[in-house]
Amino acid sequence: MSLRVDELTVYYRSLRGDVKAVDGATFAIGDGEIMGLAGESGCGKSSLGKSLIRMDARMKHVGGRVELDGRELPIADDAKMNAFRFREVSIVPQYSMSALTPTRKVGTVARELLESRDVAFDEVQPELVRRLELVGLSAEVLDRYPIELSGGMKQRTVMVLSTLLDPSLLIADEITSALDVSSQRAVGELLVEFRDRGFVKSMIVITHDLAILYQIADTILVMYAGKLAEKAPAETIVGAPRHPYTRLLISSLPEVGVRFEETRLAGIPGKPPSLLSPPTGCRFRDRCPLAFAKCEEEPPFVELEPGHEVACWKAAA
Amino acid sequence: MLEGGRLMLSLDGVSKVYRVGTFGGKRLRAVHGVTFGVGAGEVVSLIGESGSGKSTIGRMVLGLSRATEGTITFDGQDVSRLEKRRLRAYYGDVQGVFQDPFSSYNPIFKADRVLTLVKGFFPGIGSREWDEKVEAALHAVRLEPGTCLGKYPHQLSGGQLQRLLVARALLLDIKLLVADEIISMLDASTRIDVLNLLGDLKARGLGVLFITHDLSLGNYISDRTVILRRGEIVEAGATAKVFGNPLHPYTRMLVSSVPQLHTKWEPGAPKAAAAAPAEPEAGSRLVEVEPEHLVAAGALEGERP
Amino acid sequence: MPLTEPTQGGVALPAETATELAAPTAPALQPGAPAAPRARSEVLYFALRNWKFLLGSGIVLAALLAALVGPWLTDYTPLEFTGPTDQPPSSEYWFGTTSYGQDVYSQFVYGLRAAFLVGALGGGIAWILGVGIGFTAGYRGGWIDDVLNMLTNVVLVIPTLAILIIVAAYLEVQSYTTEAVIIGLTSWPWAARAVRSQTFSLKTREFVEVARLSGRSTRQIIATELAPNMSSYLLMTFILLFGGAILIGASLDFLGLGPTESISLGLMMNNAFLASALLLGSWWWFLPPGLGIIAIVGGLYVMNVGLDEVFNPKLRAT
Repeated sequence: MSLRVDELTVYYRSLRGDVKAVDGATFAIGDGEIMGLAGESGCGKSSLGKSLIRMDARMKHVGGRVELDGRELPIADDAKMNAFRFREVSIVPQYSMSALTPTRKVGTVARELLESRDVAFDEVQPELVRRLELVGLSAEVLDRYPIELSGGMKQRTVMVLSTLLDPSLLIADEITSALDVSSQRAVGELLVEFRDRGFVKSMIVITHDLAILYQIADTILVMYAGKLAEKAPAETIVGAPRHPYTRLLISSLPEVGVRFEETRLAGIPGKPPSLLSPPTGCRFRDRCPLAFAKCEEEPPFVELEPGHEVACWKAAA
Repeated sequence: MLEGGRLMLSLDGVSKVYRVGTFGGKRLRAVHGVTFGVGAGEVVSLIGESGSGKSTIGRMVLGLSRATEGTITFDGQDVSRLEKRRLRAYYGDVQGVFQDPFSSYNPIFKADRVLTLVKGFFPGIGSREWDEKVEAALHAVRLEPGTCLGKYPHQLSGGQLQRLLVARALLLDIKLLVADEIISMLDASTRIDVLNLLGDLKARGLGVLFITHDLSLGNYISDRTVILRRGEIVEAGATAKVFGNPLHPYTRMLVSSVPQLHTKWEPGAPKAAAAAPAEPEAGSRLVEVEPEHLVAAGALEGERP
Repeated sequence: MPLTEPTQGGVALPAETATELAAPTAPALQPGAPAAPRARSEVLYFALRNWKFLLGSGIVLAALLAALVGPWLTDYTPLEFTGPTDQPPSSEYWFGTTSYGQDVYSQFVYGLRAAFLVGALGGGIAWILGVGIGFTAGYRGGWIDDVLNMLTNVVLVIPTLAILIIVAAYLEVQSYTTEAVIIGLTSWPWAARAVRSQTFSLKTREFVEVARLSGRSTRQIIATELAPNMSSYLLMTFILLFGGAILIGASLDFLGLGPTESISLGLMMNNAFLASALLLGSWWWFLPPGLGIIAIVGGLYVMNVGLDEVFNPKLRAT
């Protein structure tokens, strides 16, 4: 499968104007690729993910096109996207643990979900049970109410349900953020396993945690204030980043082994700009130690080396 | 670990048992026989996953919750069951900062109200003297008075709000700060600044009880570490030794599960279920395996020949 | 294999992410913009544009005006037998006369006064009791909560009107003040319940802990931290209690159990009913009080719905 996103622009309506959550995003994902979408809060990563499946009524699609496996996704049209949701594009939402209706048994939720997509539950049931067992749950889960399951179990159930029809693209929205360290690893490895077994062709994993992306993602796309900053293989992003923001971000993460007395890490001073009226030019300009005159003009997101795209005048020089 | 040096804060066999269920029939043991201490100018990390009881311990130290068993001693005095005036005096020495900066402020008031809330600790102070104190405290946390005074909480960032809370604690000239997950809800780029701030305060003699689930943060900032599982200490000691040579299977599992930059997870590392027996060993003793490194006795039994 | 594993979860997201995901329609302000005027004027801004609020408060204010000023516009007192009986509205008697020759208009406007008195006093007493008990039970928890909860449930379950009827029948209520007090003492439970649950949810917010760590007492925390946060809720509760008290008072008066030596809207309807005004076609006797009660109580409720939309952005139509 392949995903091509071209100048995608998505705004949120608000009383004080439009929040320019995603502004001109252009990138591509190859078959079987797990792409991590990273950035801090307010950078637009969640908005970008949700816009690909159009699950948020407040979003306004302003421009750009998305192509999945050569076909254009009608992300501007809620009704037309219905045919694609869950079949071609699926999402594991944030707070998956609360995604199951508390007053229905898990099996009933699954049945309703499938039947709303015109899939006979009985046909799919053996596969559903097989996958549940694969993730370490038993078929009994279908007869339980969500309250009888632990957080980790619910998470895994939702992951299985979301991928049941073998979607081409899976969007995992901050699914590890609310978990303990031990479950984070289990869920992260599970995502990779889903891809390896072919349940999902490609994945976008949205999170603020670069470390876990390094573990499970093939490539990482870093966003800042609604714009794409850098995209490269995970090793490169972590080992040899070119965009100043990525560099500062990586160097501000403490790792086991780094101690305050020996190495004093530094953060990035300042705050991201408001997305209501973002500044012209490079949006990182105000906080960037390398900013110079040319930064008043917005840098394009260009490929500096094969597979490595950066939006920065200094890096491109 | 418990000997040598004057311990400012010391917990001895502290337990917290909640009564749950209809008419309080069942008992839930959140914390069980915890013993450790914090010295002056030292950061002790209390590391555990959810349900480990780490926040409960923090609340007991802060007097917000009462220990069911055991004693908490501060500066030589028993502070386990303080009330009213003595509790208020205690708050002049010990303060806390919590996880959610936006929940820690009453949204309808201005942010600096948290500073005026403690003005009552300085009866009769003149307004100019108060303003000077406030400015000094703000500078100590590297906040510009102009940018944060007179603003509402939603106008400030999470990092600024947390630092303002630390400034509030410094106004009182405290000796011990209980920091309960204070940076978990902050962005990566601001976390490190707040953490560095704690390090600087430590150098000035402040003791910090740093409660977190994040091992990398604990490792970065703390002198000693206590690993908690289900309300019990499983391993404790100097940070370098606990992380450098983890002995308890639970600690090993935690250390191996932490996602790191530059190193991939080792395949086949111990999984959570394997490291945790079905029931926690009731009141397992801590055994000193080397100077400044203690491990729960139960874990070692399996390794003795 | 056990079906449950150790409970997990509980690590929170960066706060700004939560805000971004939950309400991107309310982004952070530019630094430096004034916020206090914004908060209050935002409420006012929305309130003045909400037709339900405007309609409801318009009706209530008109009735209040009528209650205050109306009696000055007439020379007649409500109970004097002043003119010809059963007269339809005329220039002399604006609302006509009753079967006893009393001026319906002056009965109406004095009745409005009684209605507002009962509403304010009865609603006010119920509000004080309900809010006080609700806060105490919600904040203190434990056995205090259990006791107060039991008390609330008992008073809630008792059929209020039945009790009021019995009490009124024996006590010979002769002033609206007494009636209002009785109503106030019996209609507080649902307000207590509502305030209690709100307090529960606010109590877990960390700013309460910060207040405790600053040495604040329970009473101070309730008054200075919790109540201001719930101000919209408390206001709406008062409005509902106000309307409810008027309704109960009108019902009591209609049943003849209220004070009989003065006049109220419910009493007017009772008199009209007993004198077969409907059969006689004296619509001017029972229509004004009936419509008056509907207007005031309905207006209060509509105003409340509007206020709910004003205070709660998620309900706004825009």
